[in-house]
Amino acid sequence: MAWTNIILQGALLGGLYALFAAGLSLMFGVMRLVNIAHGDLIVLAAYCALMVVQATGVHPLLSLVAVVPLMFALGYALQRGLLNFTLGHEILPPLLVTFGLSVIIQNALLEGFSADSRRLQAGALETASLRLGDQLAIGWLPAIVFLAAAVIIALLEVLLYRTPLGRAFRATSDDADTAQLYGVGIRHVFALATALALAVASVAGVLLAIRTNFDPSIGPARLLYAFEAVIIGGLGSLWGTLAGGVILGVAQSVGGALDPGWDILAGHLAFLLVLVIRPRGLFPKLVD
Amino acid sequence: MPPLIRLDEVCKSFGALKVIDRLSLALGEGEALGILGPNGAGKSTMFNLITGDLRPSAGRIHFAGRDITDLPAHRRCRLGVGRSYQIPHPFGGMSVFENLLVAAAFGTGRKEAACYGRCVEVLERTRLMPKANVAAGRLTLLERKRLELARALATGPKALLLDEIAGGLTESECQELIATIREIHADGVSIIWIEHVVHALLAVVGRLVVINFGREIAQGAPDAVMADPAVQEIYLGIEAA
Repeated sequence: MAWTNIILQGALLGGLYALFAAGLSLMFGVMRLVNIAHGDLIVLAAYCALMVVQATGVHPLLSLVAVVPLMFALGYALQRGLLNFTLGHEILPPLLVTFGLSVIIQNALLEGFSADSRRLQAGALETASLRLGDQLAIGWLPAIVFLAAAVIIALLEVLLYRTPLGRAFRATSDDADTAQLYGVGIRHVFALATALALAVASVAGVLLAIRTNFDPSIGPARLLYAFEAVIIGGLGSLWGTLAGGVILGVAQSVGGALDPGWDILAGHLAFLLVLVIRPRGLFPKLVD
Repeated sequence: MPPLIRLDEVCKSFGALKVIDRLSLALGEGEALGILGPNGAGKSTMFNLITGDLRPSAGRIHFAGRDITDLPAHRRCRLGVGRSYQIPHPFGGMSVFENLLVAAAFGTGRKEAACYGRCVEVLERTRLMPKANVAAGRLTLLERKRLELARALATGPKALLLDEIAGGLTESECQELIATIREIHADGVSIIWIEHVVHALLAVVGRLVVINFGREIAQGAPDAVMADPAVQEIYLGIEAA
């Protein structure tokens, strides 16, 4: 029973990792842009939520109403005003520019909010749980996080495969130059992809901030988990990313149960194991 | 009436290499124009300049009386410039129908639901209907060439630029393709066709322009152009090589 519990908690944690990863995966999928600042943008969203909560006193989950549109707009502006200029046949410029962005965000947050660790207070929701048996219970919060991940990934799937914008994303992903010749304005499409990615990242950021403490320096580690979830799941597959997040979460949870110092190590080992056995990930979709 | 496409003394250089050298050219409304020229003459580069893949180093390009020299490619597409590539570039991960849907919706700026009819019509015209739900990456060469044509047609072009679409086809496939292109032309779409398969070209176009080293060598009625000594020299030169 103890192990069932450990695996269940790990799987729920995986939902959070999948949320970290979904935006990263979308940006890479549409424009082959690896966003090194993704983790810091998640943390930025958490601080935005903190400001909203402090200013209005609303429940942290309600702050999403403001934070999601804000990050969506920021994403659009960031892509249109900066990242579009880094895209080309060279792979290095977007890496360098987003790395620089990561440093800037971390330091700006440090300057504005200090290095103190913060948390969004969600009241009773933090400890409320659902009993599944004598020794098994799941917290409402982890359950909500996992559900949010599943719903967001399902929505992204519908967007990609059932809507004109999704088809534009996929056409651009296959061949951006050709897509332009058939009327797709790729600068706008790229900007929408980043806007969506940051909207998802802001949900991830707020849920992260309710679940654990955060400070300006934790972005890069979130980026690492996001990368691992994407690679384990296989490039181009959003459901694969959710599976990747779950595998990562379960590995950390099991590792942590064996020895409290082993949780992060166990996650990385699981990632390496998948890389060795299935270098293209478990559910790869991209052909090239 | 102004010509549909007009190039005014257009130049394009890549470093020291002049690929297009003060080229002027006009495509009349409803005209079918054939372009001949040896490899490296600048024919595909000329198409890239018209579609907006490349910007000219000098000169202006007009479409339907409007200066489009500084417009991005997707805007030109919406004005009515359609193009098929010599080497097919399908959206490989998407179905044939989706390939057309993207072109039809974004190429015209209309809603997808308003484009289904157009896509079906194009699928039938290009004989791709049986492959509508196949991933474009799985098509054969002939089918890919048809898809290039179909996708360009789906955008509802006023001018269709065909880049060596008959190359590599068997004789009967080529005849089918000629019939399809004639139908498209009969519907009022103006055509510029670059082709090495001369007999296919002559079956469709009313006027020929021969290009070499980025300049016009000869132009006029197909028979007269083919009889031109300068043209024969270029072509006999190629044949002998």
